[in-house]
Amino acid sequence: MLGLSVHQWLFGILSFLAVLFSLMVVFSRSPINSVLYLIMSFFSISGIYLLLDAQFLAVVNIVVYAGAIMVLFLFVIMLMNLNHDTEPQRTVLTKIIAGIIGGMLLLVLTSVLKGSSALNKSFYGTSEVGLIKNLGNVLFTEFLFPFEIVSVLLLAAMVGAVMMGKKNIN
Amino acid sequence: MINGISIDYFILLSAVLFTIGAIGVMARRNSIIIFMCIELMLNAVNILLVAFSTLHQNAEGQVFVFFVMTVAAAEVSVGLAILTMIYRNIKSIDTNLLSNLKD
Repeated sequence: MLGLSVHQWLFGILSFLAVLFSLMVVFSRSPINSVLYLIMSFFSISGIYLLLDAQFLAVVNIVVYAGAIMVLFLFVIMLMNLNHDTEPQRTVLTKIIAGIIGGMLLLVLTSVLKGSSALNKSFYGTSEVGLIKNLGNVLFTEFLFPFEIVSVLLLAAMVGAVMMGKKNIN
Repeated sequence: MINGISIDYFILLSAVLFTIGAIGVMARRNSIIIFMCIELMLNAVNILLVAFSTLHQNAEGQVFVFFVMTVAAAEVSVGLAILTMIYRNIKSIDTNLLSNLKD
């Protein structure tokens, strides 16, 4: 088909979906729709991880992002009872300026990073790097200290969230 | 090239997603949407880390993505707690109303 391999087709479709859903996140009126589009976008990104042979990260992306973080967003939106009428809108001028700045950012990013392919490195076949066995080995030898520190970070975040959620702190 | 896909395309995809997130942060006034756009920008960077990790056959990039996800989870839990507190106090999450420091 058009001289493209299965990998290339899958990458094209998944990246198209990811970009489309991300645009819908920014442009949809209702916050609930934004959350649902963001979940779809995360699923597409997980597909790209699978294409890159990062199976562990693909599963973690779905479980942590689409499963936990986005449900948190949904709960908060439902607590706040937001609707279309109270939705604050920026002026058209601000939106145009944001678009121009974004276009310039894209231009700079692509032109700076384009030279990376000059490395002329290529990889074919199935990668073993993304398997849990391999990642766990690296995580528990080389990155053991950061891994333990992250648990302190999560504890601090949990205590902070509970403290802020309380009505009156005595 | 990773299985016939040039690394340039991954860079382009990542840059486009990052830009969409940045435009969202600039163009919207709803704090929750701004938060979601920050998540989008984090994910764009993650794609690039995973792509280069596979290209160089080095697991450290993917471990870094793991840490980024953990930090994002911590950030979201505290950030949403702050947002609910703001909503409780001023009954809105419009970023333009949060201008107490200005006057």
